[in-house]
Amino acid sequence: MEEYILKVFSKSTLRYFDAVAGGGAALGTPYLGGETESAGLGFSAVIGISGTYRGNIYYTASREKLFTLLPVLGESKPDEMLCAELVGEITNTISGNAREQLGGGFMISPPFMLQARPLSVHPVRNVPLYVIPITWRQHASRLLIALSKEPDAAEEPARPSA
Amino acid sequence: MKLLIVDDSLIMRRAIERCVAGDKFTEIRVAVNGREAVEEFERFKPDVVTMDITMPEMDGLDAVARILRKNPGAVILIVSALADKSTAVEAIKRGAAGFLLKPISIESITEALDDILSD
Repeated sequence: MEEYILKVFSKSTLRYFDAVAGGGAALGTPYLGGETESAGLGFSAVIGISGTYRGNIYYTASREKLFTLLPVLGESKPDEMLCAELVGEITNTISGNAREQLGGGFMISPPFMLQARPLSVHPVRNVPLYVIPITWRQHASRLLIALSKEPDAAEEPARPSA
Repeated sequence: MKLLIVDDSLIMRRAIERCVAGDKFTEIRVAVNGREAVEEFERFKPDVVTMDITMPEMDGLDAVARILRKNPGAVILIVSALADKSTAVEAIKRGAAGFLLKPISIESITEALDDILSD
Protein backbone atom coordinates (compact mmCIF):
# COMPACT_ATOMS: atom_id res chain seq x y z
CA MET A 1 0.00 0.00 0.00
CA GLU A 2 2.81 2.42 0.94
CA GLU A 3 4.61 2.03 -2.38
CA TYR A 4 1.41 2.72 -4.31
CA ILE A 5 0.61 5.80 -2.24
CA LEU A 6 4.11 7.15 -2.69
CA LYS A 7 3.86 6.67 -6.47
CA VAL A 8 0.51 8.45 -6.56
CA PHE A 9 1.78 11.46 -4.61
CA SER A 10 5.07 11.58 -6.50
CA LYS A 11 3.17 11.76 -9.78
CA SER A 12 0.82 14.41 -8.41
CA THR A 13 3.73 16.51 -7.10
CA LEU A 14 5.62 16.41 -10.40
CA ARG A 15 2.42 17.27 -12.27
CA TYR A 16 2.03 20.40 -10.13
CA PHE A 17 5.53 21.70 -10.82
CA ASP A 18 5.30 20.73 -14.50
CA ALA A 19 2.10 22.73 -14.86
CA VAL A 20 2.89 25.85 -12.87
CA ALA A 21 6.67 26.11 -13.05
CA GLY A 22 7.50 24.46 -16.36
CA GLY A 23 8.93 21.41 -14.63
CA GLY A 24 12.35 21.25 -13.06
CA ALA A 25 11.26 19.60 -9.84
CA ALA A 26 13.23 16.57 -8.68
CA LEU A 27 12.03 14.12 -6.06
CA GLY A 28 14.44 12.52 -3.61
CA THR A 29 14.15 9.05 -2.18
CA PRO A 30 11.19 8.91 0.20
CA TYR A 31 12.02 8.10 3.81
CA LEU A 32 10.24 7.34 7.03
CA GLY A 33 10.03 10.51 9.10
CA GLY A 34 9.54 11.04 12.79
CA GLU A 35 8.60 13.84 15.11
CA THR A 36 11.69 15.79 14.02
CA GLU A 37 9.74 16.62 10.86
CA SER A 38 7.50 18.79 13.04
CA ALA A 39 9.90 21.69 12.68
CA GLY A 40 8.90 22.21 9.07
CA LEU A 41 10.75 24.58 6.74
CA GLY A 42 9.02 27.84 7.62
CA PHE A 43 5.70 27.75 5.76
CA SER A 44 3.51 24.66 5.99
CA ALA A 45 -0.02 23.50 5.32
CA VAL A 46 -1.95 20.42 6.36
CA ILE A 47 -4.96 18.74 4.80
CA GLY A 48 -7.10 16.23 6.68
CA ILE A 49 -8.01 13.03 4.87
CA SER A 50 -11.16 10.99 5.49
CA GLY A 51 -13.28 8.46 3.65
CA THR A 52 -11.46 5.44 2.24
CA TYR A 53 -8.24 6.71 3.84
CA ARG A 54 -7.60 8.50 7.09
CA GLY A 55 -4.75 10.78 8.06
CA ASN A 56 -3.01 13.96 6.96
CA ILE A 57 -1.03 15.35 4.05
CA TYR A 58 1.49 18.10 4.83
CA TYR A 59 3.55 20.31 2.57
CA THR A 60 6.33 22.47 3.93
CA ALA A 61 8.65 24.90 2.12
CA SER A 62 11.11 27.64 2.91
CA ARG A 63 10.45 31.34 2.46
CA GLU A 64 13.26 31.44 -0.13
CA LYS A 65 11.64 28.75 -2.25
CA LEU A 66 8.23 30.39 -2.10
CA PHE A 67 9.67 33.83 -2.89
CA THR A 68 11.23 32.24 -5.99
CA LEU A 69 8.09 30.34 -7.01
CA LEU A 70 5.56 33.16 -6.54
CA PRO A 71 6.91 35.34 -9.39
CA VAL A 72 6.80 32.29 -11.67
CA LEU A 73 3.08 32.13 -10.88
CA GLY A 74 2.69 35.79 -11.78
CA GLU A 75 2.94 37.28 -8.29
CA SER A 76 5.42 40.09 -8.79
CA LYS A 77 5.45 41.20 -5.15
CA PRO A 78 5.82 38.11 -2.95
CA ASP A 79 5.08 38.53 0.72
CA GLU A 80 4.52 36.38 3.80
CA MET A 81 0.77 36.16 3.30
CA LEU A 82 1.15 34.92 -0.26
CA CYS A 83 3.72 32.36 0.92
CA ALA A 84 1.20 30.97 3.41
CA GLU A 85 -1.52 30.92 0.77
CA LEU A 86 0.75 29.19 -1.73
CA VAL A 87 1.68 26.27 0.53
CA GLY A 88 -2.06 25.80 1.14
CA GLU A 89 -2.82 25.76 -2.58
CA ILE A 90 0.06 23.38 -3.33
CA THR A 91 -1.12 20.95 -0.64
CA ASN A 92 -4.69 21.17 -1.91
CA THR A 93 -3.75 20.65 -5.56
CA ILE A 94 -1.39 17.73 -4.94
CA SER A 95 -3.92 16.03 -2.63
CA GLY A 96 -6.89 16.67 -4.92
CA ASN A 97 -5.04 15.42 -7.99
CA ALA A 98 -4.24 12.20 -6.11
CA ARG A 99 -7.94 11.32 -6.35
CA GLU A 100 -7.36 10.43 -10.00
CA GLN A 101 -5.82 7.19 -8.73
CA LEU A 102 -7.27 6.97 -5.20
CA GLY A 103 -10.88 7.64 -6.23
CA GLY A 104 -13.64 9.88 -4.96
CA GLY A 105 -13.56 8.18 -1.57
CA PHE A 106 -10.27 9.92 -0.83
CA MET A 107 -11.87 12.95 0.79
CA ILE A 108 -9.83 16.07 1.49
CA SER A 109 -10.46 18.99 3.83
CA PRO A 110 -9.64 22.59 2.98
CA PRO A 111 -5.99 23.31 3.81
CA PHE A 112 -4.95 24.71 7.17
CA MET A 113 -1.93 26.95 6.89
CA LEU A 114 0.86 27.21 9.46
CA GLN A 115 3.31 30.07 9.26
CA ALA A 116 6.37 29.94 11.49
CA ARG A 117 4.63 27.30 13.57
CA PRO A 118 5.51 23.64 13.99
CA LEU A 119 3.63 21.06 11.97
CA SER A 120 2.76 19.07 15.09
CA VAL A 121 3.36 15.80 13.32
CA HIS A 122 2.55 13.01 15.73
CA PRO A 123 2.59 9.30 15.03
CA VAL A 124 -1.04 8.21 14.78
CA ARG A 125 -2.25 4.66 15.36
CA ASN A 126 1.03 3.22 14.10
CA VAL A 127 0.56 5.01 10.79
CA PRO A 128 3.95 5.55 9.15
CA LEU A 129 4.93 9.09 8.18
CA TYR A 130 6.52 9.13 4.74
CA VAL A 131 8.50 12.12 3.56
CA ILE A 132 9.06 12.92 -0.12
CA PRO A 133 11.89 15.44 -0.52
CA ILE A 134 11.35 17.88 -3.41
CA THR A 135 14.02 20.06 -4.98
CA TRP A 136 13.11 22.86 -7.37
CA ARG A 137 15.69 25.40 -8.50
CA GLN A 138 17.96 24.20 -5.68
CA HIS A 139 15.31 24.97 -3.06
CA ALA A 140 14.12 22.16 -0.82
CA SER A 141 10.57 21.43 0.23
CA ARG A 142 8.87 18.31 1.55
CA LEU A 143 5.61 16.46 1.15
CA LEU A 144 4.65 14.45 4.23
CA ILE A 145 2.14 11.63 4.00
CA ALA A 146 0.54 9.92 7.00
CA LEU A 147 -2.28 7.72 5.72
CA SER A 148 -4.01 4.51 6.69
CA LYS A 149 -6.61 2.74 4.58
CA GLU A 150 -10.00 2.35 6.20
CA PRO A 151 -10.86 -1.33 5.87
CA ASP A 152 -14.62 -0.87 5.96
CA ALA A 153 -14.87 2.30 3.89
CA ALA A 154 -16.73 2.31 0.60
CA GLU A 155 -14.43 2.70 -2.39
CA GLU A 156 -16.34 5.42 -4.21
CA PRO A 157 -18.61 7.67 -2.14
CA ALA A 158 -20.84 9.72 -4.39
CA ARG A 159 -19.36 13.11 -3.63
CA PRO A 160 -16.29 14.90 -2.31
CA SER A 161 -15.77 16.42 1.09
CA ALA A 162 -16.71 19.99 1.86
CA MET B 1 -19.39 40.83 -19.06
CA LYS B 2 -19.37 40.05 -15.36
CA LEU B 3 -17.31 37.26 -13.75
CA LEU B 4 -17.63 35.88 -10.21
CA ILE B 5 -14.54 33.96 -8.99
CA VAL B 6 -15.23 31.58 -6.11
CA ASP B 7 -12.24 29.99 -4.37
CA ASP B 8 -10.99 29.88 -0.79
CA SER B 9 -7.42 30.27 -2.07
CA LEU B 10 -6.20 33.84 -2.52
CA ILE B 11 -3.51 32.48 -4.86
CA MET B 12 -6.17 30.96 -7.13
CA ARG B 13 -8.47 33.98 -7.06
CA ARG B 14 -5.60 36.23 -8.09
CA ALA B 15 -4.35 33.74 -10.70
CA ILE B 16 -7.74 33.51 -12.41
CA GLU B 17 -8.14 37.29 -12.27
CA ARG B 18 -4.73 37.72 -13.93
CA CYS B 19 -5.57 35.09 -16.56
CA VAL B 20 -8.72 36.91 -17.69
CA ALA B 21 -7.36 40.46 -17.26
CA GLY B 22 -7.90 42.52 -20.39
CA ASP B 23 -10.24 39.86 -21.71
CA LYS B 24 -13.97 40.28 -22.14
CA PHE B 25 -14.71 40.72 -18.43
CA THR B 26 -15.31 44.31 -17.40
CA GLU B 27 -16.38 43.55 -13.84
CA ILE B 28 -14.96 40.85 -11.57
CA ARG B 29 -15.96 40.00 -8.02
CA VAL B 30 -14.81 37.24 -5.68
CA ALA B 31 -16.25 34.95 -3.02
CA VAL B 32 -14.28 32.73 -0.65
CA ASN B 33 -16.76 29.90 -0.03
CA GLY B 34 -20.00 28.46 -1.35
CA ARG B 35 -22.24 30.41 1.00
CA GLU B 36 -20.70 33.72 -0.06
CA ALA B 37 -20.96 32.61 -3.68
CA VAL B 38 -24.73 32.05 -3.41
CA GLU B 39 -25.20 35.47 -1.77
CA GLU B 40 -22.89 37.29 -4.17
CA PHE B 41 -24.53 35.68 -7.18
CA GLU B 42 -27.88 37.19 -6.20
CA ARG B 43 -26.37 40.66 -5.74
CA PHE B 44 -23.98 40.65 -8.70
CA LYS B 45 -25.83 38.51 -11.29
CA PRO B 46 -22.65 37.52 -13.12
CA ASP B 47 -22.58 36.21 -16.69
CA VAL B 48 -20.27 33.41 -15.61
CA VAL B 49 -18.89 31.91 -12.39
CA THR B 50 -15.67 29.99 -11.75
CA MET B 51 -16.30 27.69 -8.78
CA ASP B 52 -13.86 25.73 -6.61
CA ILE B 53 -15.26 22.63 -4.85
CA THR B 54 -13.32 22.06 -1.64
CA MET B 55 -14.11 25.12 0.47
CA PRO B 56 -15.11 25.77 4.08
CA GLU B 57 -18.72 26.49 5.16
CA MET B 58 -20.34 25.35 1.91
CA ASP B 59 -18.64 23.38 -0.85
CA GLY B 60 -18.79 24.30 -4.51
CA LEU B 61 -21.14 21.49 -5.54
CA ASP B 62 -23.76 22.59 -3.03
CA ALA B 63 -23.31 26.19 -4.16
CA VAL B 64 -23.81 25.17 -7.81
CA ALA B 65 -27.06 23.41 -6.93
CA ARG B 66 -28.35 26.36 -4.87
CA ILE B 67 -27.45 28.96 -7.49
CA LEU B 68 -29.05 26.95 -10.30
CA ARG B 69 -32.21 26.29 -8.30
CA LYS B 70 -32.96 30.03 -8.29
CA ASN B 71 -31.13 30.89 -11.53
CA PRO B 72 -31.52 28.03 -14.02
CA GLY B 73 -29.60 29.94 -16.68
CA ALA B 74 -26.48 30.48 -14.56
CA VAL B 75 -23.24 29.55 -16.31
CA ILE B 76 -20.78 27.93 -13.90
CA LEU B 77 -17.31 26.53 -14.61
CA ILE B 78 -15.93 24.24 -11.92
CA VAL B 79 -12.20 24.83 -11.30
CA SER B 80 -11.03 22.15 -8.90
CA ALA B 81 -8.05 19.97 -8.00
CA LEU B 82 -10.31 16.95 -7.46
CA ALA B 83 -9.16 14.73 -10.31
CA ASP B 84 -11.48 11.71 -10.03
CA LYS B 85 -14.10 11.18 -12.70
CA SER B 86 -16.94 10.83 -10.19
CA THR B 87 -16.52 14.44 -9.05
CA ALA B 88 -16.59 15.80 -12.59
CA VAL B 89 -19.67 13.71 -13.36
CA GLU B 90 -21.37 14.91 -10.18
CA ALA B 91 -20.58 18.54 -11.03
CA ILE B 92 -22.11 18.22 -14.49
CA LYS B 93 -25.15 16.38 -13.03
CA ARG B 94 -25.71 19.32 -10.71
CA GLY B 95 -25.71 21.68 -13.67
CA ALA B 96 -22.16 22.99 -14.02
CA ALA B 97 -21.37 23.96 -17.61
CA GLY B 98 -17.80 22.68 -17.49
CA PHE B 99 -14.99 21.27 -15.36
CA LEU B 100 -11.39 22.47 -15.37
CA LEU B 101 -8.74 20.61 -13.40
CA LYS B 102 -6.17 22.50 -11.33
CA PRO B 103 -3.38 23.38 -11.72
CA ILE B 104 -4.53 25.77 -14.41
CA SER B 105 -2.73 27.77 -17.08
CA ILE B 106 -3.76 31.04 -18.73
CA GLU B 107 -4.62 29.10 -21.87
CA SER B 108 -6.72 26.48 -20.10
CA ILE B 109 -8.88 28.95 -18.16
CA THR B 110 -9.48 31.29 -21.08
CA GLU B 111 -10.28 28.38 -23.41
CA ALA B 112 -12.64 26.83 -20.87
CA LEU B 113 -14.46 30.14 -20.33
CA ASP B 114 -14.69 30.73 -24.08
CA ASP B 115 -16.08 27.21 -24.55
CA ILE B 116 -18.86 27.49 -21.99
CA LEU B 117 -19.81 31.02 -23.08
CA SER B 118 -20.10 29.96 -26.71
CA ASP B 119 -22.47 27.09 -25.91
